[in-house]
Amino acid sequence: MNVGEVVGQRTVKIERINLVMYAGASGDFNPIHWNETFAKAVGLPDVIAHGMYTQAQLGRLLMEVVGDPGRIVSFSARFSAPVVVPQDGGAKVELTATVEAVEDDIATLVLRAVCNGADVVKDAVATVRVA
Amino acid sequence: MPLNPEFIGKRYPDTDPYLIGREKIREFATAIGDSSPVFHSLDAARALGYPDLPAPPTFAFSLTMKAMATAMFDPELGLDYARVVHGEQGFEYKRPMTAGDEVVVKSFIADITARGRNEYLTTQADVVTVSGELLVSTRSIIASRGTAA
Repeated sequence: MNVGEVVGQRTVKIERINLVMYAGASGDFNPIHWNETFAKAVGLPDVIAHGMYTQAQLGRLLMEVVGDPGRIVSFSARFSAPVVVPQDGGAKVELTATVEAVEDDIATLVLRAVCNGADVVKDAVATVRVA
Repeated sequence: MPLNPEFIGKRYPDTDPYLIGREKIREFATAIGDSSPVFHSLDAARALGYPDLPAPPTFAFSLTMKAMATAMFDPELGLDYARVVHGEQGFEYKRPMTAGDEVVVKSFIADITARGRNEYLTTQADVVTVSGELLVSTRSIIASRGTAA
């Protein structure tokens, strides 16, 4: 891995069914992630994806880079904007992983997730073992 | 209504032991769309040295969230669930949680701060095996929208 290298890139389509599956698998049944009426009543534009669903997509990208979850040392993200998932058409999120630093056997990757031109995560960073 | 700052530092009891199941890992990996063989195939997992399927990196949150829910639903804290949005999430891994591990979550409220109209509740939660091995430390920040004094 070289500093500045884009080591992972993927576009993810998110539809309501994905959020329902994630709710079931994770146990996070907050209705803002599947009930449009509820989401709007609490001031959101529509149903939004779980922040953890977005981070899980970045985790998928990390797995494509490292292949072994045991090589991931740390992984964090700040959810800076909601991923709004309309009933029709869903949402598209573009993910990238770029090498920011390599020291000894640890690489620091900066992760981005962009939806409708806006960053939906900030300060998303993972450290991984390269050897 | 603002959150009760007296809750900073409050520890919650360990969660009941949770036995990580192989099919749960497959289900979770499928739900996030991760088809990495190591999350589905025992042969692939064993080839990497795991005794059973390891969990995807964000799986720990499913467990720590339950521990946090105890804190979040504590009426004395004053958090309104309808105003809650997940703000930040961090993981520091010792080793992947693996099917067959029986774990508990140890959690406490690390901080409560206000920024603008929102308040932020930081919780620290560690996933530890019942024999005391730390697997992953997590830090979550939950935003409470519009409740700052």
